[in-house]
Amino acid sequence: MAEAPGAAACPGCLAAPAEAVRRPAATADQTLRLSLPTIHCAGCISSVEHALAAVPGVSGARVNLTLKRAQVEAGAGVTAEALIDTLKAAGFEAHELDAEALTASETDPQGRDLLMRLAVAFFANMNVMLLSVAIWSGAEDATRDLFHWISGAIAIPTVIFSGRPFYVSAWSALSARRLNMDVPISLAIILAVGLSLWETALSGHHAYFDAALSLVFFLLLGRYLDHRTRASARSAASELAALDVPTAIRLRNGAEETVRAAALAIGDTVRVRPGGRIPADGTLAKGETEIDRSVMTGETLPARAAPGDAVHAGEVNLTGPIELTVMAAGHDTALARIADLVAAAEAGRANYTGLADRAARAYAPVVHLMALGAFLVWMWISGGDTRLALNIAVATLIITCPCAMGLAVPAVTAVASGRLFKRGTLIKSGTALERLAEVDTVVFDKTGTLTLGTPAATGLDAHDGETLGLALALAAGSDHPLARALTAGIAAQGIRAARVTELREIPGQGIEGRIGDTPLRLGRAAWVGATPLAETGTYLKVGDGMPVAFAFRDAPRPGAVEAVEGLLSRGLRVILLSGDAETPVAGFAARLGLPEHHAGMSPEDKAAFLAGLAGEGRTVLMVGDGLNDTAALAAAHVSASPASALEAARAASDIVLTGESLADLPRILDVAISARRRIRENFAISTVYNVIAVPIALVGLATPLAAALAMSASSLSVSLNAMRVKR
Amino acid sequence: MTVLVYLIPVSLGLGALGLLAFFWALRSKQFEDPEGDSQRILTTDFDDRPKP
Repeated sequence: MAEAPGAAACPGCLAAPAEAVRRPAATADQTLRLSLPTIHCAGCISSVEHALAAVPGVSGARVNLTLKRAQVEAGAGVTAEALIDTLKAAGFEAHELDAEALTASETDPQGRDLLMRLAVAFFANMNVMLLSVAIWSGAEDATRDLFHWISGAIAIPTVIFSGRPFYVSAWSALSARRLNMDVPISLAIILAVGLSLWETALSGHHAYFDAALSLVFFLLLGRYLDHRTRASARSAASELAALDVPTAIRLRNGAEETVRAAALAIGDTVRVRPGGRIPADGTLAKGETEIDRSVMTGETLPARAAPGDAVHAGEVNLTGPIELTVMAAGHDTALARIADLVAAAEAGRANYTGLADRAARAYAPVVHLMALGAFLVWMWISGGDTRLALNIAVATLIITCPCAMGLAVPAVTAVASGRLFKRGTLIKSGTALERLAEVDTVVFDKTGTLTLGTPAATGLDAHDGETLGLALALAAGSDHPLARALTAGIAAQGIRAARVTELREIPGQGIEGRIGDTPLRLGRAAWVGATPLAETGTYLKVGDGMPVAFAFRDAPRPGAVEAVEGLLSRGLRVILLSGDAETPVAGFAARLGLPEHHAGMSPEDKAAFLAGLAGEGRTVLMVGDGLNDTAALAAAHVSASPASALEAARAASDIVLTGESLADLPRILDVAISARRRIRENFAISTVYNVIAVPIALVGLATPLAAALAMSASSLSVSLNAMRVKR
Repeated sequence: MTVLVYLIPVSLGLGALGLLAFFWALRSKQFEDPEGDSQRILTTDFDDRPKP
């Protein structure tokens, strides 16, 4: 960028700092965090930072491209909305992130801790390897002893510091009377270092410091990679949670104040505007409206609510402004009761044993018994030479490649979840991929999962242009979702609105108006005097004529058809469960080509249905989004939810699909199956190494060099095999 | 072989130097935004004047 050199003509004067960018040090009273999903390049970083810095009151802005976030230090007067508008003007999409929901994932102390241990292990391993090369190439006597001592001095503190994650995990497994892969790993590390120290003190030939260190290094590397992919998926998931900040408008002495939904207390009066989500369970105190209960029940037909009726947190107020008295808040709400169901269902799934643990159960006893056997047999052959027998036993323990065994699973899951993450699929649980590969039945929720949860008008061609013009004029004046769908549907046909006067919206009923002297009404069936349709509909009455019905259907989510087709073609049983009425569910199932559907299911019914499937020995993938699905999501073998799902549903699922489309679902299953195949191959590779190396170790021919070679070669081949996971 | 008395401490010292450099990089948050840092070098904002 060639800027005109200002008044100063000498080039040297340009070396003065760019004052224009610096702002007078404003006091930073708050830190705002924004999510910037569309930034991707160097230009974006600098435009965003410049745009933010130009807002009065902002003292600093820093973009993090990896997390696609910006952190803004600003004075008390600056609001997130102002920053979002500024960025919108600059051409960037931005959303406010709830700082409280984020703080947990902002910095990743566990990842940094692992990285630190990994760096130490790398440093120690490289140095000890160099010393070992000298020993392998024939250093003798005092030189060898010196090198062994130096190696030991480096190895012992490193093994204590870097190996800690393995010891902690092994100890917690042992105290729960279980075996995991960390038990043989820890044992191999400790025995190898202990024996090497003893050998060094006796100025022996073989020390295994390098083997113990490479074991620590390779395994930490696998664990770190695994942690990193999981952490990025989790941070993306917590970002989703931070995006919708539940707030409520509380009325106190007639004045409105905006508070967090969590801060509401029983007896508070809360105002909910049309289109707003109800923040707490309560009874309607004032106003009449229609309520969208689909999140709680899956029903697409809006329900009427009048003063005295009960409403629940999560439901959406459609037509009129209402005031409600809070009857239950926080942990006493219907939402929290569902959370209890979730906890009960999750307890069952915690018993799942991953492939790694199953392998450890088979592997650990065999290896330990073999090492013990080698020790006893060589004690007998050598006539009580403890040192020789112990040397051979430890060589056996090291050469059985706990390293490749330990890497077999994390290497594959890290590669597979990394690939899925790039395509917008967040894998939140460590064993989710393995469980996904076992799936033979897929259960979908309807509203909000296979559909977008927004209605679309159907059969508009059946009406004449005049009727449509009147309907458009009436519907355009309302924010009701049906009215908006009707407006969009009719406007798309190129029809102009009729000249309707005296437009008036009656909350909970519909809209009335007048054309000439003829009164018009558009709204509920009972209000206009029509016989209701079996599906969702709205009705238009012109003067004293017969009411005209407009039918609506929930629009399928993009990719829903492809997803269902793909799953059926893979020979899976696909079932639709919905809390909605039989007619719309059956119609929708027929449209998607779904062979099996169940309508009118309550949350408990859904969970029970899944438990029944599990009882038949089926492994179920549940895909759902609403509160009514949460218990079922937790009860399923593995569960997924779209990004538009409620926080409770996303929290209960193993997998979150961030894109709008479902079309990727069958491919995610393919990746999971491919990942499971690679894991099994990895175990096979480690077994082949063992079959070759163990006999060598048992007859006492294994040297530290052979151990180092076997360990590196097996770890490398396992990691390379992991890269072959399907894209 | 007495040269080892110097060489081994020197090699260890160099390795430790690298380790310390890594710790410093980790502590000064240089691994928080690897993608952004690789892009920031391409910005032209401070080409003509140093950053304040």
